[in-house]
Amino acid sequence: MSKTPDKQPGDPNTTGHSWDGIEEFDNPMPRWWLWTFYACIFWGVIYTIMYPAWPLVQSATAGVTGWSSRGEVQQDIVSFEEANAPWNARLVETPLEEISADAELQQYAVNSGGAVFRTWCAQCHGSGAQGAPGFPNLLDDAWLWGGSLEDIEFTIAHGIRNEESDDARYSEMPAFGELLEKEEIAQVVQYVMSLTNAQSDDAAAQAGKVVFEDNCAACHGEDGTGDVFQGAPNLTDAIWLYGGSQEALTETVTYSRFGVMPAWENRLTDAQIRAVTAYVHQLGGGQ
Amino acid sequence: MAILDKHKILETNATLLLVFSFLVVTIGGIVQIAPLFYLENTIEKVEGMRPYTPLEMAGREVYLREGCYVCHSQMIRPMRDEVERYGHYSLAAESMYDHPFQWGSKRTGPDLARVGGRYSDQWHVDHLRDPQSVVPESVMPKYGFLEHRKLDGKYIGDIMKANAVVGTPYTEEMLANAEADFRAQADPDSDYDGLLERYGDKVSVRNFDGQPELTEADALVAYLQMLGTLVDFSTFTPDASR
Repeated sequence: MSKTPDKQPGDPNTTGHSWDGIEEFDNPMPRWWLWTFYACIFWGVIYTIMYPAWPLVQSATAGVTGWSSRGEVQQDIVSFEEANAPWNARLVETPLEEISADAELQQYAVNSGGAVFRTWCAQCHGSGAQGAPGFPNLLDDAWLWGGSLEDIEFTIAHGIRNEESDDARYSEMPAFGELLEKEEIAQVVQYVMSLTNAQSDDAAAQAGKVVFEDNCAACHGEDGTGDVFQGAPNLTDAIWLYGGSQEALTETVTYSRFGVMPAWENRLTDAQIRAVTAYVHQLGGGQ
Repeated sequence: MAILDKHKILETNATLLLVFSFLVVTIGGIVQIAPLFYLENTIEKVEGMRPYTPLEMAGREVYLREGCYVCHSQMIRPMRDEVERYGHYSLAAESMYDHPFQWGSKRTGPDLARVGGRYSDQWHVDHLRDPQSVVPESVMPKYGFLEHRKLDGKYIGDIMKANAVVGTPYTEEMLANAEADFRAQADPDSDYDGLLERYGDKVSVRNFDGQPELTEADALVAYLQMLGTLVDFSTFTPDASR
């Protein structure tokens, strides 16, 4: 057993605890620490009075400041809407065609419409509106359902072939795999390829022309330039939504396509729809 | 002080110290958790919430299995930027039939609490098959294999039963027709009147992945297209004091 050193003169008192001869000085807590500790307790009490805290029988205490996370977000949204209200009112009142004449309003529409586009539209149409296979490019001059401001607004509000809106644009290409022979499909594909001067088999394309006139011309037009009233694409402009290769076209003719766009009338405000209409229209292809 | 002297009894008796430590932790736990069960404003009453259909439930199982929650949250916080981007902030009632809930805590991808109806079914199929084909900047892995994994719904009734045990109000009828409802929802040519009767008219009946077989892709897309669409916000007024 080692010898426990005796208490020296001037040493603080010990706590009186002794374990195997080890003793503990009874030093006071550092002042700064002690006062911080008291301040935290004080702050805790004040906090539970100011903010929602203690659970009671029916609900928790609300706190004297009346703060709530929901109230805060509501206030944020309201103050943001109030700041933009004059602009949005102007946007809704101005006829679509005249928005671009008002430079200030056009700038507001394009900027706020761009934000709407990047939030809600970019996932399908691309962050630069360049589209993706199956989802139209909005930068070019090809419009399935019309590229005027009015057409674009209607498409955004009601969507295409969806179940949400009764006014959704609708058309359905038949799956010609059930209607035509494989050979006829091959021929009509060659004919469609010949429309854009793609390398095609002339003899098959000649035969395909007849198949086209009998089966496809009603929607896509005798000359294959399409019909925006039915969303029938122009087949002569070399712009392909699902690809213009022989394989892609054969798949399109055999199984058809059924592109769906959601309706936005219940998700976006009128002002937002008009803003994003203006944004899409000025991207380059607007008519 | 007398009471501090008594403390020595605890400090020198390990078992007693354990018992009292446990007691303190229990009190702390009860104070925090118990009020959630009786306070009336924990889960507010909303219209439209219903248990998931068998197909949606199967999709949820795929969601769990693939660990979608690791990168996607399902919890829109009450902040303006989140509400602007994702829609109305999430309500407690919206995850009341989630066992376990999918709130998540990490967003490598976007929040999915209200992804339902935002995109077309075809977009979801394309995006699962090759996310970069529609969102070039995405870092999401490819899930094309889901389209090839067929589902027969043989065990979906069991999964629903397990959920019923922990409180999801599946009726006897729902459990008895689980397999039939499972198939009906993915086939618009089927007789799905029973499904709509049991789960409501708003249930979407479509061939979600666009191919004839019923696959995991059908189930997952059905689940995603339902997310956040159940609550009828036209009849809901948020109580600010929550």
